[in-house]
Amino acid sequence: MTTAPAEAPTRTAGAAWGLSRIDPKYLIVFLITLVLVVGEARYSILGGYNRLATALGICVATEVFLSWFLRGRIVNISSAYITGISLALLIKPQANILWPFALGAFLAIASKYVLTYRARHLWNPSNFAIALLLLLAPASVAVLSHQWGNDLGTNLVIWAFGLVIAWRARVLHVTLTYVVCFVAFAIVRHFIVGGPLLAEVAPITGPMYQLFVFFMVTDPRTTVSTRRGRILVVGLVALVETIIRLAGDFQIAWLRPLYPSPPLLALAIVGPIAMWWDLRRVARASMVSR
Amino acid sequence: MSWRRFIVIAAFVAAIGAVLALNGRAAAGVAGRGRAGIQLHEVSHESGIDFVHQETTLDPKLANIAAHVAALGACVSVADFNNDNWPDLYFTTSRFGAANALYVNQHDGTFRDVAAAAGVAALNRPGEGVSMGAVWGDYDNDGNEDLFVYKWGYPQLLHNLGNGKFEDVTEKAGLRRWMNSNGAIWFDFDRDGLLDLYVTGYFRSDIDFWHLKTTHIMQESWDFASNGGKNLLFKNMGDGTFKDVTDSLGVGSTRWTLAAAAADFNDDGWPDLYLANDYGPEELFINHGGKRFELARAGLEDDSKSGMAVAIGDVYNRDRHDVFVTNISERGFLFQGNNLRINFLKELGRFDEVAKGVVADAGWAWGAQFGDLNNDGLLDLVVTNGFISADTGRDYWYAMSKIAGAQGNIFEDAKNWPPIGNASLSGYERPRVLLNRGRDGFVDVAEAAGITHRLDGRSVALADLFNRGALDVVIANEKGRALLYRNTLAGPENGHWVELKLIGTRSNRSAIGAEVTAEFGGVKQRQVVNGGTGFCSQNDRRLHFGLGHNRLDRVTIRWPSGAVQTVDDLATDQLHLITEPSR
Repeated sequence: MTTAPAEAPTRTAGAAWGLSRIDPKYLIVFLITLVLVVGEARYSILGGYNRLATALGICVATEVFLSWFLRGRIVNISSAYITGISLALLIKPQANILWPFALGAFLAIASKYVLTYRARHLWNPSNFAIALLLLLAPASVAVLSHQWGNDLGTNLVIWAFGLVIAWRARVLHVTLTYVVCFVAFAIVRHFIVGGPLLAEVAPITGPMYQLFVFFMVTDPRTTVSTRRGRILVVGLVALVETIIRLAGDFQIAWLRPLYPSPPLLALAIVGPIAMWWDLRRVARASMVSR
Repeated sequence: MSWRRFIVIAAFVAAIGAVLALNGRAAAGVAGRGRAGIQLHEVSHESGIDFVHQETTLDPKLANIAAHVAALGACVSVADFNNDNWPDLYFTTSRFGAANALYVNQHDGTFRDVAAAAGVAALNRPGEGVSMGAVWGDYDNDGNEDLFVYKWGYPQLLHNLGNGKFEDVTEKAGLRRWMNSNGAIWFDFDRDGLLDLYVTGYFRSDIDFWHLKTTHIMQESWDFASNGGKNLLFKNMGDGTFKDVTDSLGVGSTRWTLAAAAADFNDDGWPDLYLANDYGPEELFINHGGKRFELARAGLEDDSKSGMAVAIGDVYNRDRHDVFVTNISERGFLFQGNNLRINFLKELGRFDEVAKGVVADAGWAWGAQFGDLNNDGLLDLVVTNGFISADTGRDYWYAMSKIAGAQGNIFEDAKNWPPIGNASLSGYERPRVLLNRGRDGFVDVAEAAGITHRLDGRSVALADLFNRGALDVVIANEKGRALLYRNTLAGPENGHWVELKLIGTRSNRSAIGAEVTAEFGGVKQRQVVNGGTGFCSQNDRRLHFGLGHNRLDRVTIRWPSGAVQTVDDLATDQLHLITEPSR
């Protein structure tokens, strides 16, 4: 999900905590590994190690090969590692088929090299792959929904580590903005739809959202360049998600492919548009300044 | 554009094309277009069966999800209750005041409901609860099949008096205990010649669905819940009473059990218990000499799904009991997939899950049974599907997905569930008839064979209802008509057959738990006389073996008493009555 930051942010002034000396990309690698280990140990969340091996192996291999093939150098594989684990956790296929992990992994990493604008990729890799699979392969693929034990303790561990790491990686404002927007829109939906308020708030307590708010929506490589812009974009993601959710509540049939995973598909819609607009704006600004 | 970039873009596009192609193949794989080779004609009405299930009402506090909670209770069980060697049918309904039905087989292709006269009709009464299913077994070894009806409420044990009437002996038997049960089986766990009773708890037993004290009644987790009703094991004391031995035997699972089945899975001579649990992993309790049960680590504990039914069958004619457990699949939302677990307990200490394609994805699957529909010597599968068929323009899947991933304490309270209204939830799904092609897997022939209805199936039972050597199919549908499908193509051209009716002497008289291996064509197929299998159902306890175009070489019967009987040269295409040797 998160493409690990290319450059570590400058150290927090005066921070004595050892955490501040660790490159944020490795903190994110640690967090996704923690999610994997806790989820597998407590709930066998993977559904088979062959899924992890397939997704992770193909992500890393694709990253290594394409970076060498197209750019002449092999890049750091932390991004591929995060994407591979994310896909292994999020994709829930029909029966025991493996091809969604294989093709999803290839498409996720390849999208970074194919779907580019001004040498930057537009989609978060795992977000792109999962959105594509959900829309094109609904007979074969579902997304992680409830296979996480519905357990408060596990969620608290992930959220606690996630928030600290998001703070360290300087993306906490993105995470918190999304959470605040989600809850606010949940209240709005509650008044529009008329169902229980907790039913509208409930999704954010689920496992998919942990992966979404800590890895996907905060991806520094596919978020816009300014802090204000990131806050605006993540608010827009929450808004589009709410529109999808309201469409689900009002039973708009032709949008049904979007209903299994509103946040992932909202990000897949808003994210690249925002990136394209931001890259274009920055390019024009630099031309003017020259 | 450089040639390198062109190659990468081409590969990217090709990968997207591969996704489309493979998804199309997956969709086609579950579409059910196989050639039948059998014909199943729906003959319910002309056979005199006009039974319609009615759902239970519930406390108004559950109004937001009443359609979801109440969608159970359409069940069918088969037994020859009047000892005329023709199978009869018992159907349950679940509305206060509505009558269960006992259809007596009139030997001419028709049935007649005698439930009222027999005293097994008016079981759904306020204060007493509503029927959720029934199992037959001769608990007092008097030669007449007795009836245990499990309920949301007080279960009822109905003693067959042998004169066409039944007497309610629940209180006397010590079984009057409020439960919210959706399953029960008879089996002789300690092999003392007396049928014991295992009753599964679904909702907690302190819940009275018509006078709710709390709405905190739902599961605490969608995949590891253990706050369901407690399963109970009642030992038959031989004097008409039963004793609760659940805790001392270690089988009091609270994992929302929907179905149970018993058989000797590990070949140690003792019947083990296999449970299909909703919101949790399946459980196999290994029987240690009738003294205690042990929860086995057999590859089941980490594979959490929504188990609905347990069917037992020897899929590849290996003289083993394999297991089929139904689960839920819904495109885009959830692929739990049914489990077809091949028994490798002896070699590897576990089952291997091999379901794929049509076997794995049958929709929201409920009842299932193994049986050789075409007498080719391989056990086929019949699966009923569909949860709630209501407004076709409204779907509850999205609404349910809001809470499915949430913290357990949110959806454990029913009032936090989004209102279902008149929405459908995996509605209008079709049953599956999966013909076993051996190593080539299963092929779905339901539509070609003639099963085309879209009712919400719950329970399915197989029996040679017309004594022709062909397994017929009976399906009980929620809020719908019960359907009888007469199998009209399984004659000599489809292979030979043999049927065995076993009578226990030292063992329980119903011979429930007897393990029978038929040898033909170089293979061995094992079946067990069942005291309840599938979901809220019971097949005819006469065993039906299809033989293909082979002669029957040998039949080996391992009686529950421990006696082993070998019978050679049984004539094919006949029903044989076999009585357990006295010594």
